[in-house]
Amino acid sequence: MTILVIAEHDNLSLKAATLNTVAAALLCGGDVHILIAGYQADAVAQAASQIPGVSKVIHADAPHLQYQLGENLAEQILALTAGSAYSHVLAPATAIGKNTLPRVAAKLDVAQVSDIMKVISADTFERPIYAGNAIATVQSGDPIKVITVRTTGFDPVANAGGNAVIEKISAVADSAISAFISKEINQSDRPELSAAKVVVSGGRGLGSAEKYHELLEPLADKLGAALGASRAAVDAGYVPNDYQVGQTGKIVAPQLYIAVGISGAIQHLAGMKDSKIIVAINKDADAPIFGVADYGLVADLFTAIPELISELG
Amino acid sequence: MKILVAVKRVVDYNVKVRVKSDQSGVDIANVKMSMNPFDEIAVEEAVRLKEAGLVSEIIAVSCGSTQSQETIRTAMAIGADRGILVETEAELQPLAVAKLLKAIVGKEQPDLIILGKQAIDDDSNQTGQMLAALLNISQATFASKVQLADGKAIVTREVDGGLETISINLPAVITTDLRLNEPRYVTLPNIMKAKKKPLDILKPEDLSVDVAPRITTIKVAEPPTRSAGVMVADVKALVDKLKNEAKVI
Repeated sequence: MTILVIAEHDNLSLKAATLNTVAAALLCGGDVHILIAGYQADAVAQAASQIPGVSKVIHADAPHLQYQLGENLAEQILALTAGSAYSHVLAPATAIGKNTLPRVAAKLDVAQVSDIMKVISADTFERPIYAGNAIATVQSGDPIKVITVRTTGFDPVANAGGNAVIEKISAVADSAISAFISKEINQSDRPELSAAKVVVSGGRGLGSAEKYHELLEPLADKLGAALGASRAAVDAGYVPNDYQVGQTGKIVAPQLYIAVGISGAIQHLAGMKDSKIIVAINKDADAPIFGVADYGLVADLFTAIPELISELG
Repeated sequence: MKILVAVKRVVDYNVKVRVKSDQSGVDIANVKMSMNPFDEIAVEEAVRLKEAGLVSEIIAVSCGSTQSQETIRTAMAIGADRGILVETEAELQPLAVAKLLKAIVGKEQPDLIILGKQAIDDDSNQTGQMLAALLNISQATFASKVQLADGKAIVTREVDGGLETISINLPAVITTDLRLNEPRYVTLPNIMKAKKKPLDILKPEDLSVDVAPRITTIKVAEPPTRSAGVMVADVKALVDKLKNEAKVI
């Protein structure tokens, strides 16, 4: 059995989601290869070769792979799976992974198992359904298992100590049916939300965008935390969409999750309930968020947060 | 220009589902069913494109049980012109639905196919991408903005860390994200009008599609519950717990 992992990267660096995905791949058993499809991504290939447990890095480099558009990336993967060299194809359940892998599965005429959170055996996996309100154990009967991995379900493997060979392969032709135009990435010096050790998240209880920034930014600075938000706060325009933690936003599982003025809709809980320690600060003692919090504080957040910041020193 | 919209009948998003005691699945008997919210956004987007004069006909397609007719009627009440139900009581997985839709696309030749990015029951997030692959056409998933011009669609997508804008050649598949639009409320006159719109019913056999499931569900269980911890009296006590008990700061 040989398993192909699709690396998550931006042509400059290998993203942490790759390490969680390799962890899932190793649990499936077998040799693990990593595909880097990008443009001028040699540094990424180098980084991938350092991952312990990876036996080969496959690097396809071409201008039309720069933005990893689904059509081209899927064809690049299919060029490798031809001849059933691989028993599994795994990608993290990121925007790129979710966009691309079903194309691969459909072309191979196999099902895809989405968003696995546990590997039971090489063909059996656990995955959430109904927004995480039920966990299905599913078995794939297809010859090639095409899988996206919920990264928070797997502890990352190390990113150093390995010594895999790097094999350059030729890129597939450009499908030329889609083209990249532009990207607006929200600039921030904070850690990436889905990979942060500490997340400070705000809800509608904050009342306004101004209060969100005024109260939560200094707290996040103090803790070296990423900032998140409930869907209600995003819909109210306090912060951009990609701050949203929840079933329809980011799934996070930090060491510490601080929910400020968040009531705790099922939708939101689905995105953060695997956090190690959850702190809830809310003035409503009946808020559902307290049902999942390790530490709950019923307080007016407009006084509690400044106090918390000063207590943290 | 013709648009095909795929709609799925699912457990209403406000319902908290319960796992059956024999772990064979979730209990959906006597539970409120609705159109998948992402599909509602797909129908709304198609109707807005029609209202903008860019589209001449909208066809709503559903695959599933006979009750899925209600879902198609809802799509018609929002503004779809006609409907097609591929009726089957069998379990349909995303690959099978993509194959059924491919067969319908072959007959109807739409310029654009819009689907929800995922259904809120199985949360697969696969069907649109699979359909695009089977048709060998382009795709724009997780769309938050769609513009049509000169045989192309310019689509802004919600990706990790921000937004990405791409151009796709038509015909193409677009899947909707939450913020693409806010679906209108259907009015009674439109519900009445929808009842008179044409709705064709087919079987998977009529389309020569094998819908046999590829994935077996072994069991469905409750998620591990997280029990509530302790309430702390004040901020000082909270900081103390985080430092000395949880040791996370």
